[in-house]
Amino acid sequence: MKIVVCIKQVPDTAEVKLDPKTGTLIRDGVPSIINHDDRAGLEAALQLRERVGGTVTVVCMGPPQADVALREALAMGADDAYLLSAREFGGSDTYATATIIATALKKIGFDLVITGRQAIDGDTAQVGPQIGEQLRLPQVSYAEELDVDGDYIFVKRQFEDSAHVLKVKMPCLVTALSELCEPRYMSVRGIVDAYEKTVTVWGFDDLKNDLNPEWIGLKGSPTNVFQSFGKKMRDPGTLLKDLTADQAVEAIMEKLIERHII
Amino acid sequence: MDFKLDKSHQLQQQLFRSFAENEVRPLAKEMDENETYDLGLLSKLQKYGFLGIPYAKEYGGCGSDTLAYTLCMEEVSKVDASTGIAISVHTSLCCSCINNFGTEEQKQKYLRPLIDGSKVGCFGLTETNAGSDVQGAQTVAVKDGNDWILNGSKIFTTNAGFADTCVVFALTDRTVPASKGLTAFIVDLKEMPGITVSDNIERMGIRAASNCIVTYENVRVPADRVLGPMGKGFKIAMGALDCGRIGIAAQAVGIAQGALNEAIKYGKERKQFGKSINSFQNTQFKMAEMQTKIDAARLMTWRAAIAEDNHEVFGPLAAMAKLFASDVANEVTRFAVQAMGGYGYCREYPVERMMRDAKITEIYEGTSEVMKMVISGSMKLK
Repeated sequence: MKIVVCIKQVPDTAEVKLDPKTGTLIRDGVPSIINHDDRAGLEAALQLRERVGGTVTVVCMGPPQADVALREALAMGADDAYLLSAREFGGSDTYATATIIATALKKIGFDLVITGRQAIDGDTAQVGPQIGEQLRLPQVSYAEELDVDGDYIFVKRQFEDSAHVLKVKMPCLVTALSELCEPRYMSVRGIVDAYEKTVTVWGFDDLKNDLNPEWIGLKGSPTNVFQSFGKKMRDPGTLLKDLTADQAVEAIMEKLIERHII
Repeated sequence: MDFKLDKSHQLQQQLFRSFAENEVRPLAKEMDENETYDLGLLSKLQKYGFLGIPYAKEYGGCGSDTLAYTLCMEEVSKVDASTGIAISVHTSLCCSCINNFGTEEQKQKYLRPLIDGSKVGCFGLTETNAGSDVQGAQTVAVKDGNDWILNGSKIFTTNAGFADTCVVFALTDRTVPASKGLTAFIVDLKEMPGITVSDNIERMGIRAASNCIVTYENVRVPADRVLGPMGKGFKIAMGALDCGRIGIAAQAVGIAQGALNEAIKYGKERKQFGKSINSFQNTQFKMAEMQTKIDAARLMTWRAAIAEDNHEVFGPLAAMAKLFASDVANEVTRFAVQAMGGYGYCREYPVERMMRDAKITEIYEGTSEVMKMVISGSMKLK
């Protein structure tokens, strides 16, 4: 079974700050990590491989520095890695990103594609499903459990107040929740091996036979970020506790009068 | 000359750090109080390759190097020095002897399980009357047919409480000084009749580490377990201790950095006289001094490690690194307790444990005085 896991390198939001003027992320000096949901997806792929055999390939679109995210995935146990990196890919929105990744996936080949549900920097949850659509694959998003039996996978899909278990014939695509798996650590030997392997870097030229330059990058993106701004912190409200209904009404009225609202 | 870690070492450091934070830190206080090492944690260390870092992949090791091993030692010792010594004794003392002096067959049979994460090792040299001066050694091995019969007792054997394999030194020739009469043997602590491991020796620091008296009473050791040439035990032991001192220097750097980090974190929040104690210049200058010393100790440790990786003479470099780093660890941990005042002295915070743990780095694997003997010995003073 050939499993391909799509990962994204994101700034560690635990340490990230917003530029108060531009409202954008300050990325300088912020460590980069593999997106949490993607790491869970990678772990699920590694566990499936341990159970039924096959290979796990990781794919990442990003700048050359994203190489380290792929090395980390190799050090966790992935078999091979592809970095999709080119000036032409810059500025892509989710649709254009999915176009590029889908083109690469066609070239790599797969039985099962796993992506994370959403990235912690963009929070769109769109790229996974868009890849599925562009490849015309059946897809299950929000996977919290994943198993395989022959040509079929079984996915428990999370809803707000319930869950569905779906049986899907491969090839197909699954988007993983962090809850799907607790990712393993890299191993020391895995890291040494990871830096002895080659990460295949594909630029625009490697994909251009199947990739219309009009569909990618800034100009191929149907959406663009018009404005971004931080939220203003508001004062926490006052909590009135241990009051009877009458006392509560009185207390609220008092507050409203005090503030000249009534 | 490049003082920046390459990408592979950076990623290894990231692994050691996140493992230490997530797996070791939560257990450190409890293990210290119970004076017991958590065997679940030990098996995790084995699983992720922490016990085979600088050894070749062909024998089941990680294929990394001594520099990476110092990064591991520093990161785990930042949160728990006892974990540091468990890794160090296994890696530097036990495994290095077999790696450097074992035959191909011995490496396959005894080194492989130690570095692939199946077994844990320890090292038996010190005796009640043979510490810095190995001449007092009394453990003997007498030939009996093809075997050797071991009798004697080794004190302060770290890891002995759970270790499988021990490299132990015994006199095979009592007609010459111990430096020429000692021979190294590989023994199975858990399987060979006649070996008794005592309870943990009660100590001031690194209390979670296992440290015991191992008694050998008519222990029959087959001849294929003799490690290295007969009578070369002293040389093998001294070579292992050279390796070990790099690990202890890194442990000391870790204890110091861990304690300083705690003091910095505390000092940001602790307010006295209307502002955080970190906003006083006295605190800032002391912290600057401490960080400078830690950095110097770290660079000395890396230098010794890189010299070992490059197969250069590293013994005196390792001794200098350990001498300096262990002094820094004691100074910085004392400072951290002082900077945190009454709370620093309380067991609720980890710095009092770090201060207790720091002391041993000036004592084991050669005291600071012995380090000065090694260093001055290399200076052609006479």
